[in-house]
Amino acid sequence: MTSTRRSFLKIAASAGGGLVLGFNWFDAVAADTLQAGGGLPALVHSSKNAAAAASVEFNSFLSIAPDGLVTILSPNPEIGQGIKTAFPIVVAEELDVDWNRVNVVQSALDNKKFDRQLTGGSGAIKHSWTRLRKAGATARQLLMQAAAQRWSVPVTELTTDKGVVFHKASNRKLPYGELVADAAKLPVPADVPLKDPKSFKLIGGTIKNVDNKNILTGKPLFGIDFYREGMLTGMIQRPAFGYKLKSVDAKAAKAMPGIVDVVTFKNNVAVVGKSTWQVKKAREALKIEWEKDGSTESNADHDRLFTEMLNGGKATVQRKDGDVDAAFKSAAKVVKAEYQCPFLPHSPMEPMNFFAHVKFGPNGPESCELAGPTQTPDMARNETAKLLNIPADKITVELTRMGGGFGRRLKADYVVEAAELSSLVKAPVKLIWTREDDMTGGSYRPAVRYRFEAALDAQGNLIGYKLRGASINAGNSTRQDNFPSGAVPNLLIDSVDHKSPITTGAWRAPITNFLAFAEQSFIDEVATAAGKDPVQFRLDLLDKAKASPTGAIKYDIDRMIAVIKLAAEKAGWGQKKGADGKAVAQGFSVYFSHNSYVAQVGEVVMQKGKPVLQKIYAAADCGIIINQSGARQQVMGGIVDGIGHAMYGNMTFKDGVPQQANFNDYRLIRMNEVPAVEVHFVDNGIEPTGLGEPALPPTGAAVSNAYFKATGQRLRNQPFINQDGFKGVS
Amino acid sequence: MALYKLQINGKTVQTEADPDTPLLWVLRDNLGLVGTKYGCGIAMCGACTVHVNGEATRSCVLPVSSVSSAKITTIEGLSKNGDHPVQQAWDEVDVPQCGYCQAGQIMTAAALLKRNPKPSTEEIDATMSGNICRCGTYHRIREAVKVASAKTK
Ligand code: FES
Ligand code: FES
Repeated sequence: MTSTRRSFLKIAASAGGGLVLGFNWFDAVAADTLQAGGGLPALVHSSKNAAAAASVEFNSFLSIAPDGLVTILSPNPEIGQGIKTAFPIVVAEELDVDWNRVNVVQSALDNKKFDRQLTGGSGAIKHSWTRLRKAGATARQLLMQAAAQRWSVPVTELTTDKGVVFHKASNRKLPYGELVADAAKLPVPADVPLKDPKSFKLIGGTIKNVDNKNILTGKPLFGIDFYREGMLTGMIQRPAFGYKLKSVDAKAAKAMPGIVDVVTFKNNVAVVGKSTWQVKKAREALKIEWEKDGSTESNADHDRLFTEMLNGGKATVQRKDGDVDAAFKSAAKVVKAEYQCPFLPHSPMEPMNFFAHVKFGPNGPESCELAGPTQTPDMARNETAKLLNIPADKITVELTRMGGGFGRRLKADYVVEAAELSSLVKAPVKLIWTREDDMTGGSYRPAVRYRFEAALDAQGNLIGYKLRGASINAGNSTRQDNFPSGAVPNLLIDSVDHKSPITTGAWRAPITNFLAFAEQSFIDEVATAAGKDPVQFRLDLLDKAKASPTGAIKYDIDRMIAVIKLAAEKAGWGQKKGADGKAVAQGFSVYFSHNSYVAQVGEVVMQKGKPVLQKIYAAADCGIIINQSGARQQVMGGIVDGIGHAMYGNMTFKDGVPQQANFNDYRLIRMNEVPAVEVHFVDNGIEPTGLGEPALPPTGAAVSNAYFKATGQRLRNQPFINQDGFKGVS
Repeated sequence: MALYKLQINGKTVQTEADPDTPLLWVLRDNLGLVGTKYGCGIAMCGACTVHVNGEATRSCVLPVSSVSSAKITTIEGLSKNGDHPVQQAWDEVDVPQCGYCQAGQIMTAAALLKRNPKPSTEEIDATMSGNICRCGTYHRIREAVKVASAKTK
């Protein structure tokens, strides 16, 4: 990285005689955006509507203007996980500047400047932590060297604070802005010291979302807000799962006002026109006949398939320790249970959309401009390059803020659709999916059924454990090296998968979003059968994994123990009494995913004979907290998400046709349905890991285990509201 | 197509649209007021909430032809400098995650506080439950409504 920075800095310096012009993304949008007729506003990418000033670009991440304004580029797609705030905090920390003088700008896709411009797997912070720190620290070092030269003092005598270099001995100081021109001429140091985390000023503090002002005043930020002069709007009618296009009569649609064209491609029928409403109405006027293309599936088929897969012999062994058969033969007690979860759509509040403008030369497509919400801009570009048969470097991708994604925007299908549509109608097109398209258009959390079996000896020790995952389009639906693997001497984990025409994809915390619920609920069943306290039962297993481990494991035992203890302590586990003097029903759950650890305690109280979920306590370990506000927000949001989908989420199919299409028949959790949530973090100074996903997986079991404690009923199938005898939790 | 004269954010604007076009799409497509968001189109999520004569209204199911001379306020016109007490409270509490639902949440909250400056938690929940936040920012929304209520004299 150092060498590219060095050469980049040289180019920048020579191009502008020591100064390069600053970024051109300060799309200042007037406070009054009402602009009837023409000149619709351009997207805003900057956190401040600052005037462009001549800036020195120190490296991929940052530039500083002579007036001291620091511009930090945020490379990763912002989906609501807070990366556009968190990344710049880390850079600004090492640069040692006043946060109020930092302007954050969303970068377009730029493979030369950045690697891993991707939002997925809660992996950005872990990947970039050191890179970001070095970017800030290197620039700070150059500025100090420039000051040292100017004052003819050793650089070691200098200190910095809030964008100013100090020489305390001579009582002199210079703001960064006055040093940038000199600093740009210096060679970039290969190695720079990083701050001692104890001296962090910004990291670990509470910093607000950098886009707040733009969000709260309704500025154009999102892909769906994108506007370009001459742009058309497109919508596509797609087949259900297992169908293909037979015929289309577009005569009526084409004759409707504002409609420019109706085109057909790959079993899709697309309407392109001047405004969203006109296009939507024309699409409804299409007369389309679909025909079956292979098999079509219903929920009843999946129920049958689950049973067959669980009972059939053809599973792929994922992990095998010891002698499971012998353990179960010698067991004093065997516990068995099955857990099931349905398909789920992602339902980000901003439906899929993308802008594409394919430009043609004499021999066909030559270049393409893309803009919109994507978690994987690089993949979107590569797939578009393949479609258009042009080199990837002929395609630009502008990243907009995303109205959520939850994994849906890891797929580039809708980006490629937009490009294909633009190339067919030879015009700039913004493709919009309606909510119905979004919900029925094909990318779901896979449906899974698990069967767990546990063997206990006479003392209640877990001596054998079996898990089989049976899934629809999930691949391996287990995480064989997660807890309780390592703690059980005889263990067998295998999986079977059915390939279905119903397309699935990553959904916030893939696999673990349901596996954690099933496993942590089952562990509770086993602890209950063993007559042990569920927290102590887990701690005993972890002690055992530490003292006499069986096989390799992916999790850190001590970190898992620490979150368990913190959650139990904060919740007053086992001691808490309600206003009526009776013990509060508590349920425990803990899970390791995406390199972070989260333990939760759910509390259910009976009110007028009805169970009410009153609170969730969470203890999380993601290492160093970069931003208290953002971190808490992710944990709380993950828990709300976890409760909502466990309780209500259900996507069903009949002959390949999705049976829910909008929020009238697909239920999302609402404000009156959320319990109190209390969040705690383990403070251990370990390098930070992500939080976009890890708080969600343990939630379902914290709820189901507390519900069991209160009612004696096990919740083994999601959504809970569909379970027989479910009494509700609010 | 018909010509409509609308009162939006204190200004009179003229625009052409099919009579059944929901106000939402007139705002977004014709007037460039894209702060008002599309989430469901069937009055289930609240992302498209605007004020019509001061009342929180779902613009996705409101045909432009039925608006006539009503006074419409969108998120862009809620305050001149983004400093309506609700907007201030939303910033102080740092409510947004992705931010997509927040314009609708703010417009719903602002209308609630106008009608009932000191709502109880139950009243806040009852009103705000019409607005979905897929990111799950409900705790902070509730807190921000209370902060805004304290600011509203
Ligand atoms: S878009 Fe109007 S309520 Fe959802
Ligand atoms: S903040 Fe993302 S939907 Fe509410």
